[in-house]
Amino acid sequence: MIWFDIGTIDDVPRRGARCVATPQGRIGVFRTQDNRIFAMEDHCPHKGGPLSQGIVHGASVTCPLHNWVISLETGTALGADEGSVKTIPVKVEDGRISLALASTLLAAE
Amino acid sequence: MLEHLLEAVPERYQVTIFNAEPRVNYDRIMLSPVLSGEKAFEEIVIHGDGWYIRHGIVLYKGHKIVSIDREAKTVTSDRGVTEPYDRLVIATGSVPFIIPVPGKDLPGVLSYRDLDDVSAMLLAAQSRDRAVVIGGGLLGLEAAAGLKERGMEVTVLHVMPTLMERQLDPAAGYLLQKAVEERGIAVRTKANTRAIVGDGRVEGIELDTGEVIPASLVVMAVGIRPNVWLAKEAGLEVNRGIVTDDRMQTSDPDIFALGECVEVGGHVYGLVAPLYEMARVLAAKLADREDRRFVHSDTPTKLKVTGIDLYSTGDFADGDDREEIVLRDASAGIYRRVVLQDNRIIGTVLFGETGDGAWFNDLKKKATDISEMRDTLIFGQAFQGSGSPDPLAAVAALADDAEICGCNGVCKGKIVSAIAEKGLTSLDEVRAHTKASASCGTCTGLVEQLMALTLGDNYNPAAAQPVCSCTDLGHDDVRRLIRAKRLKTIPAVMQELEWKTSCGCAKCRPALNYYLVCDWPDEYADDYQSRFINERVHANIQKDGTYSVVPRMWGGVTSAAELRAIADVVDKFEIPTVKVTGGQRIDMLGIRKEDLPSVWADLGKAGFVSGHAYAKGLRTVKTCVGADWCRFGTQDSTGLGIRIEKFMWGSWTPAKVKMAVSGCPRNCAEATCKDVGVVCVDSGYEIHFAGAAGLDIKGTEVLGLVRTEDEALEAIVALVQMYREQARYLDRIYKWANRVGLDEIRRQIMADPERRRAYFDRFVFSQQFAQVDPWSERVSGQDKHEFRPMAVADFQQAAE
Repeated sequence: MIWFDIGTIDDVPRRGARCVATPQGRIGVFRTQDNRIFAMEDHCPHKGGPLSQGIVHGASVTCPLHNWVISLETGTALGADEGSVKTIPVKVEDGRISLALASTLLAAE
Repeated sequence: MLEHLLEAVPERYQVTIFNAEPRVNYDRIMLSPVLSGEKAFEEIVIHGDGWYIRHGIVLYKGHKIVSIDREAKTVTSDRGVTEPYDRLVIATGSVPFIIPVPGKDLPGVLSYRDLDDVSAMLLAAQSRDRAVVIGGGLLGLEAAAGLKERGMEVTVLHVMPTLMERQLDPAAGYLLQKAVEERGIAVRTKANTRAIVGDGRVEGIELDTGEVIPASLVVMAVGIRPNVWLAKEAGLEVNRGIVTDDRMQTSDPDIFALGECVEVGGHVYGLVAPLYEMARVLAAKLADREDRRFVHSDTPTKLKVTGIDLYSTGDFADGDDREEIVLRDASAGIYRRVVLQDNRIIGTVLFGETGDGAWFNDLKKKATDISEMRDTLIFGQAFQGSGSPDPLAAVAALADDAEICGCNGVCKGKIVSAIAEKGLTSLDEVRAHTKASASCGTCTGLVEQLMALTLGDNYNPAAAQPVCSCTDLGHDDVRRLIRAKRLKTIPAVMQELEWKTSCGCAKCRPALNYYLVCDWPDEYADDYQSRFINERVHANIQKDGTYSVVPRMWGGVTSAAELRAIADVVDKFEIPTVKVTGGQRIDMLGIRKEDLPSVWADLGKAGFVSGHAYAKGLRTVKTCVGADWCRFGTQDSTGLGIRIEKFMWGSWTPAKVKMAVSGCPRNCAEATCKDVGVVCVDSGYEIHFAGAAGLDIKGTEVLGLVRTEDEALEAIVALVQMYREQARYLDRIYKWANRVGLDEIRRQIMADPERRRAYFDRFVFSQQFAQVDPWSERVSGQDKHEFRPMAVADFQQAAE
């Protein structure tokens, strides 16, 4: 695992998201109303919709394609839907956000 | 009954109804909510006048039948109308029992039976004076609670030692009395009325102890008896009620009876469920369809007083061969008692928490052996077997033949299959098709859970109450309160209206954002994060995460220069698909999000603005070529379409708005299935509205005919503004129109010039703030973060 700096907390809109392009695919970075930061693969477990384009509410995001609601904390689908998406470890230090990216993928290069 | 009959054999009978009350029929068991102010009379009307007309039924309002001539087969009303019959149905109901004490006829003494009684009570309640209700049964307590709500000082007199003693055991009766007293209603049990006193009008009640309780209103709710007078006069067999067999036939084979006036199998009935069953039995008989027979069954009792939950069914007397299981939680005000005989439930009394009533009743009806679950039975369904306290799971666990709606005898399987087969998505539709929760409404929660269970994600609470799980308020209440409390931000709405979540959800936030944009166009700052992605980036998201872009082509008219610009953009950005849309526009599909600003910049140079093909707003105005080219064209339909579109583009609406203008009644622009359409005729412009051609297909209704283009524009704009101000988020015009009524809309828009002008002016005002091209805004840098990744983790950086 390598901690990778992606920018500052202010780069992500509150109750919104941005995305980060990585060798392991696109990652959505989410910021909640109470300024917590989460990251997960930008790929809804249902039909692969870009979660970073959804509406962020509480600690969850609603997928823009078919309204699945995914927990930002666990990556699992809430309500009656079943499925989960891989979450990415995040740390925020002095307002800067870093993601833990898989070292195997990077090392392979 | 007629509903069932018309469904089975719509053409067989020519129907005439005589109604002693001067109005259409209404849901009598909902009188208590009308009295307490929770519902208006209009809300409890079952069939408006239109229904009678549609079915060719002649309704004599305020005609009481005074005689039946069985020889000649005619009936005669008190106003002298005589009508012949082949088959006669008597449904005279019941009359309130008036205790024969001195003073019972004084003005100010009422019964509690029909809307006239309720109106009289409401009038009396304006005095905010003292009222006495005689009778501590269902009706008496509902009347007392309603009068208290209306501001009266209320005392309930009950002759027995505990309230509702026929439906409740003494322990539950005691709890009920406490709950009633906590609402500020005085209760006197073992109270015998000796006389009603007063000089010229009621002044009080004298008990047999000699005590006098002052009151300016006395409501007698001590019971009802079948209204058999007419049948008796006609020489039919009458006992306590009009005697019928189990197919509702009286002693005269051409005369039938149903309702509270009937005695069948030795029983007379006062609760709604068996009465509805009689209706089904009689409809089947008159239609010569299935051989349906009336079978006696116990009906659960529920009290319709908001905040007091009680449920009882079956037999709960003590007995040597009976056992009972009792649960008491005094601090929570809960009492549960299940009476068993041979390990089967024969009676249930629930007080304080009645959610398990349907489950207990189902076990009782099926005579299920409960010995296996005896230890946990009293805790209810959630504690059995799978043991999930999730209410959805509890409903999911119910058997298909479990009864959900006791009033109308609707089981779970019937509701689930109706939802699936008829594609029902709203509570109102389920009520219309199955009648479940359409009477007393206490099972509404269960029905909604079934809908959620059956429809999953397709269950759209916008069509039902409430807005979403973040609030208990429905859309209409939220809209009203936003205006009344002058709430101007989403956090203010959530704070003042006590939202249950910190920042709402994907259902309520877009709705609130729209309501605030609509109500405070100059003051509210649009909340970008509460918009769906399409409205954030002004393009349509596709299944693979790319976008499609539709430039605006006013009225569907384009030019060589525009087409050339589109062709250049398609080449430059390697756009994979170009397609003509149903709304006469050109759609470019498969554009990467990062490319959107550059695509818009190029299109903008050619003069294009956003076509808003993604918006809950004005989409397109489709036109035909009209008088300019067409040999049939009567007016300049293209010109009018362009004019409307240029006037209205950019406006946000509750759901998308699609329009069309056709130059003649051949209607090539298909204006008669649009949200708003215009069909030009020689004499002017026929304005249409409330059509649909999507999930639902519906031809338009005519709003009116106007002479000039200016008048057409004003009426259309006013109509759309009325819709913007009143509709629930995501409801298209036809849904809103169905709710508020077509005539009401015509009245406000066509017949009331002042109001029309006010709507028009408010639309024009809001357009100052709405008519901004979102593409040029974004080309110049607004929301630029949206269109590029926050970071790119490429290999080189990672290796560092």
